[in-house]
Parts: sequence; structure tokens; C-alpha cells
Amino acid sequence: MQNAKKWGSDVDQPVKQPNLAIELKGLTKTFGEVIANKDIDLTLKHGEILALLGENGSGKTTLMNMLSGLYRPDSGEIYVGGRLVDIRSPHDAIALGIGMIHQHFKLVDVLSVRDNIVLGTKSGGKSRAQLTAEIVEISERFGLSVEPDRKIYSLSVGEKQTVEILKVLYRGARILILDEPTAVLTPQETERLFEILRKMKQQGCAVIIITHKLNEVLSISDRVTILRKGHTIETVQTAQATMRSLTEAMVGQSVDLSIHRPEIEDAGRILDVHHLTVLNEENVKALNDVSFELHGGEILGVAGVAGSGQKELCEAIAGLQTVAGGAILHNDINLVGLTPRQIIKRGISMSFIPEDRLGMGLVGSMGMVDNLLLKEYQNQPGIFVDRKPPRKLAKELIERLSIVTPDVMTPVKQLSGGNVQKVLLGREIASNPRILITAYPVRGLDINSSMTIYRLINEQKAKGVGVLFIGEDLDVLIELCDRIMVLCGGKVTGIVNAKEATKEMLGLMMTGSSREEALSHAR
Amino acid sequence: MHAKANHQPLVRVVKRVGIPRARAIVYRILAVVLALVTGGIFLWALGQNPFTVYATMAQGAVGTTIALKETVKIAIPLCITSLGITLAFKMRFWNIGAEGQICLGAIAASYFALFHSDWPQPVLLTAMAVAGILAGGLWGVIPAVFKARFGTNETLLTLMLNYVASYIIQFLREGPWKDPGAMGFPKIAMFDKAARMPTVLGVHAGWIIALVLVALVFIYLKFTKQGYELSVVGENENTARYAGMDVRKIIVRTMFLSAAICGLAGMLQASGADKTLTDTVAGGVGFTAITVAWLSQLNPFAILLVSFLFGCLEKGSGTIQSLLNISPSAAEVLQGVILFFVLGSEFFIGFRVIWRKGGAVNE
Repeated sequence: MQNAKKWGSDVDQPVKQPNLAIELKGLTKTFGEVIANKDIDLTLKHGEILALLGENGSGKTTLMNMLSGLYRPDSGEIYVGGRLVDIRSPHDAIALGIGMIHQHFKLVDVLSVRDNIVLGTKSGGKSRAQLTAEIVEISERFGLSVEPDRKIYSLSVGEKQTVEILKVLYRGARILILDEPTAVLTPQETERLFEILRKMKQQGCAVIIITHKLNEVLSISDRVTILRKGHTIETVQTAQATMRSLTEAMVGQSVDLSIHRPEIEDAGRILDVHHLTVLNEENVKALNDVSFELHGGEILGVAGVAGSGQKELCEAIAGLQTVAGGAILHNDINLVGLTPRQIIKRGISMSFIPEDRLGMGLVGSMGMVDNLLLKEYQNQPGIFVDRKPPRKLAKELIERLSIVTPDVMTPVKQLSGGNVQKVLLGREIASNPRILITAYPVRGLDINSSMTIYRLINEQKAKGVGVLFIGEDLDVLIELCDRIMVLCGGKVTGIVNAKEATKEMLGLMMTGSSREEALSHAR
Repeated sequence: MHAKANHQPLVRVVKRVGIPRARAIVYRILAVVLALVTGGIFLWALGQNPFTVYATMAQGAVGTTIALKETVKIAIPLCITSLGITLAFKMRFWNIGAEGQICLGAIAASYFALFHSDWPQPVLLTAMAVAGILAGGLWGVIPAVFKARFGTNETLLTLMLNYVASYIIQFLREGPWKDPGAMGFPKIAMFDKAARMPTVLGVHAGWIIALVLVALVFIYLKFTKQGYELSVVGENENTARYAGMDVRKIIVRTMFLSAAICGLAGMLQASGADKTLTDTVAGGVGFTAITVAWLSQLNPFAILLVSFLFGCLEKGSGTIQSLLNISPSAAEVLQGVILFFVLGSEFFIGFRVIWRKGGAVNE
């Protein structure tokens, strides 16, 4: 045990190995009838990066929340540094040296980096200079760079994440858990984060990274533990894994991962957005002078860091957002200022799949029938609703899109994310739209469902529908779309042909470079 | 592994996903039995024989035709008011202003009763009902408009309007509508015969209206476009806007209907039960109706049953006060115990309690 320097060596002892940073044995957690984790076993060594891989709902986040003290396991044991522990709160976790970096940052915007880092620790009596020196010392050791005096609101997303990491390191954490850390980052920022993680590894830290992006798993981790439906499926050495082997372990069957891009004849311009400007609640321009055209028979991708104006763009077109300036033309009708009802009444057939399906688009507590009724009840005659047509449509959709639901009246919030999305997409497609707006349509969906969604969107494109596809995975955007528009801070930095686009180039444009700069740089 | 037990909390509360209907009913019956036992211990401590008391209560509530009529009379406003607030609650609009809406309905009806008593009875009663419906409805539209336009909190506004309504009655009683024949005593005159609700089978005809309303509200919520719209707005306003619904209009319309039904209850109470206008015309019905509506899970048929049971409880505890000389506060404690257990059983229907050692309670 005195041989602490050799932590990370591969001695094979069954239980209570001090050289294991964390060992979990038979961890189980249920929520109501749902089993989130069942008999999970996992080991983490010092000086190692372990990727936790699994589809949405496989129990990754629940597991890590038990480690960080947010949930308590129903049964099972947690060993930290070989000692059986009971983690009752995040406070206990940090005392054990476990720090969690959440997907959503927990920082105070108006305070400085230094204040955020020391907030809640016993820093009384230390001077600013002393605190700054401490922070700089940690930063240098792990290769982080951030100025302690800057205010949080002035930082980029990547820098904020750095502050979150510093925060847990400052509290003495040497076991780090990162929950989907790259979801909000550009490719360049992701690379920088990975460098930091590698540096931590060299310093003897143990890191768990939760992700569902396979290429990241392959590039950063030493070992991969794969979860499926709350169970540990297997743990493999990353060096011996491939994209395909990981997918199969994750999904439980082989999956065709190729996305097609059929060539469709241009069906002409169907949407013409001119100098669109939208103000958000704080009167800041969420969209700034956005202009583009959408043609029938194409998929126009929209790339951008989260919060770059994607939501406002979709909602402005769908008539749900007040527009400050500009025009949205469809066959010479200006959609600006029209309500969703008026848009329908003008005979414009447009479908919008919002990003938070149960937050907008569907009613979670209602069944498929009542959700399908939403689109057509206003066209039914008389004062009564007729549930026969939506019931028929529900049965058709279940058949055609292989939706899994106990019954057409089962509340849709009880269905899995993929099935929820199929209900929404199915309803919208059934109305034969000419314009289809989809915001993050595969968010939260497993790989099989995602592939189905891509196929359905391609079918619409083949029918001459113009598709606006807001995406987050750049690989998917490049493979699926015909053109890609990049948004940065509410402005269009450029529209590129997807065949010529690279991730690096899109990444540069997402942070404000123009298309030309990105082209010359990426070349 | 001696420390293992410490790794699990002693008691966990887990939400249930759907419970078989039969089991839910068993829980509720169990709750009533437990309530009677607990109440029995309380009565026994008071020196009463619990069995006698319960028997007297049952006798007093449904034992004789006269008792039954009185019980129904208590249940009528409760049932109608519960139906009214059910519409608002289904839209997640927390209308706790039924008291005020009942008052306003009663005031408007009383205007015709007091000043147009020369009209033929059918015309007069119709005018009173229409006035009650409109006045109650408009009283409810006030908080609805504020909510739809400015996003104000409807709970606060509906609650405060209750006091305004009650003071309006007091003002009328002290001043403009003061009965000159009462020799200076501040009260409003009794209604003429034409303004009184006729009795059918010994109880004022409000019970027929209540039955009709049960069916109407059920059909409205389940089968009409408006009923569908209000539940979409209640569950998810964003989705309602997304689907092209005029959310503001739906809020105001629903609240009008909700309050209009409460206003009708006020008219019936003044015309059928009190035969005059007093500031206790609502008498807490607007609040009790909230309990009734929730216990019935906003189901109109369940409301009919539950309000009758509430009527029994109320009438029965009145009987034990007068016959057995049990003090009013003790009778109220008994009522409270019964309600506590029945409402408490809803917790065990919605949640499961799991003890550490693996043995499950209330599984």
C-alpha cells in the first residue's frame, strides 16, 4: 500500500485493491418500476481514462449520479481506493476525491472565474493573490488555461467547461466524471479538452467519460465499459475495439451505420428567408440578418453550437416566434406575423418537429390517438371530435414505423424516446407537408431509431419536400444533408455544399470564421 | 459486509406506475375502515359508545326520508360546484374562487327575485338562472383575462375575489337591499313564492339540474372539441400553441363556463335552499368542492357519488350533535379524521413504500 506511485499497475486481486480508484460491485438502482441499473460491476484504475458507453436510457447517468452522491443505490457496494464507502451527498463524494462535471454547467455568471472556483470551499482568510496563485498552480499542472479574473459571462462554452474542471480539481478531486462533455463543444474545443484529459491521466488522475460518440471513445479512452438496458455488457481494451464492435455491444445486434444521400431533382424554391432578425426575451438578437433559400427535394442542414439561434429560426418559420425584422416567403406569401393557425388556413403545409418533443409537439399524458387528433381536429365538422380517423392512423403508424406501444391510448410519455419521435414524425409526415423542419430529430434516440429517422427524412426529400435539418452531430450533417448552413451567435457564417465540407471547416465556422477563412484554414 | 444495511435508506417512497383498479378500491375501503376505528377510539375517549354514534350518524344521514332529503340538499351545491371547478382544473387553472362565483350568481339571481317577483314563475326562474350563470361566469372571467393577458397567478386572484364577493352581499344587506320589514335588522327579504325553486320529490329541483350537469360535463370533456382543447392547454400550453390553438381564448372561455356553473349553484342555493340572499350562501361549499373534485379525480360521475357521501357525513355529524349531545367541535374532529384517512389513502395509491429489509409494505 505504501507503493502509491505504482497505482495503475495491473495486479489482479479480487476485491479491495488499493490500486483501484473505484470499484463498483452489484450496484442496483430502480425508479418506480423502471430498473435504471442492475448489478453493475465496474473498475477504474488511477492514471486511466475509462469510457462509459451506452445508448440513451442505458443507465450511464444514473450510475454516475450514484458515484457523485446525487442518488443512493438500492443495493450494492462502492469501493473508493479499496475502502467500502457510503456516498450520501455530493459533499461526501468530493471528500472522497470524486468530482463530477455535469452536462449543464453550474456556474454563477456574474462572478469571476476565481470566485466560482473557490465558492463553497473554506477559503476564508486567504488573499486574492494567494487564491489566484493556487488556481494558477493547478492550471499549469494540468495544462488548463483560463484567467482567474475574468467573469463567467464573458467566457466561451469551452472555457466555462475548463472552469468546471478547475472547480473540482481545486477541491482535491482526483477522480473525475464527465457527463457528455463534448455535446456543447466545437471539434476544436473537443480536441483541447482531450489534451487536458490526457494530461490528467499522466498526473495519475482517474477519469470516467460518459459519451455516445464512438469516435471520441476510440480516440481518448484506455478501456470501455459498455452498458445496455441497465446492465454491464462488457469491458474491453480500447485498442482492441472498433466502431463496429462497440456498436454491436451497445445495441446488441449488428447495425448498418451508413447514411445515404440520394440525388433528387431540385423541385424549386419553396422557402425564401430574407434578412430575418429575431430578438430574445432580453432584447438581444437571437437571429441577426439571416438569409437563405430552401428548395424542394433537398435537405438543408443547420450546424452551430447549441444556442446559436437554431430554436428561434425554427419557431420563427413555424409562426411561434415574434419576428423583429425580415421576411419568410413561401410562394410569395410572407409568413412573418402569421400564427400557426393562420399558416394552416392559408393552405401552407408545413411540419415542424421541435427538439423537445414532449415539451412542444406532443402531449405526454395523452395517448397516440389524442396526439394524432391534434393535427386534424380543427378540420373536422361540428362541435364534437371524431377519434376514428386518428385511431386508424395510429394503427397504420404502429405498423409502418414499427412503433412499440402497449396500446393506442397509452400515454406517449411512457414510450421510449425513439417511439415518441416516431409518433411525432409519423403524424407530421402523414399530413403530407411541403416543408419539413426538424430540430435535433435524433436527440436521445438509439442508433436503430436514428437510422429509421434518417430514412424517413430521406423519403420525404425524395417526394420533393424541402427539409430543414437542425443537427448537432457534424458527421451526420455531412453525410445526410445536401447543403449545410452554419450559424454562430445568430448570424449565418456561411452555407457550404455538404460534399465539400469537413468537420474542421464547420467547426471553424461555428466559432465565427467565414466560409472563405475556414476553407483556407482547413485546406 | 456488516455495513451493508447502512447503504440503503430505511424507507423509500417510490412512485407507482398504474395500479390495478380493484386494488385502489380496496385501499380506499381500508382507509374508511381505519378512519372509523380511529374515530371510534376518539369517541370512546369522550365517553360515547362508538357503535351508537356511527349508527346514529348513518340513521341521521340516510335513515329516514326526511334525513335523506336533507342530505341531498347538502349534496346539490357541492356536486354542481365540483363540476364547475372540474372544467378549470382540467385546464390546470386553479380556480379556488368558486365561493365568490357562487355569491355573484346568487346576487344576480336575487335581483330578479327581489324586484321582479311579479313575473310569472317560469319566466322569473329562467331569468334568475340566466342572471346567475352570467354573473358567476363574468366573475370568473376577470382572473382568466388577467392570467391570459399578463400571466398573473390565478390562485391568488380567484381567492381574493371571494372576499370581494362576500362583502358585496354584506353591503347590499346593510344598505340598498335591506329588508324594510325587518324592523332595522340587517337582512334581505325572503323571496316571494314565484322566485323559489319548486320541489320535486320533496327536494328543490336543483337535484335534477345537478344530474343533467353531470352528463353534460362528462360529454363536454370527453367528446367535444372544446373539451379536447382545454385538456391540451392544461397539459401542455406549448403544444397547444404549436397546434394552432388560441390559448388565451380557450383559457377565458373555459373559465367562463367553470364559473358560470358555480354561479348557477349560487342561484339554486338562494332560490332553492335559503329562499333569500345571505352572506353565507356559499358557506364553504366552494372550498369543499375542491376536495370533492380531487377525490373524484375530475370524473363527473365520481363527483356525483362523492358529493353525496360528503352530504351524508355533514348531515350525520349534525344529527349526532343534536341527538347525542356531542359538541360541534368533536363532530368536526370526527369529520376531519375520516377525511384525513380517505385523502391519505390516495398517497398509498400513488406511491409505494419500501422498507429496507426487503419486506415491502403496501405492495
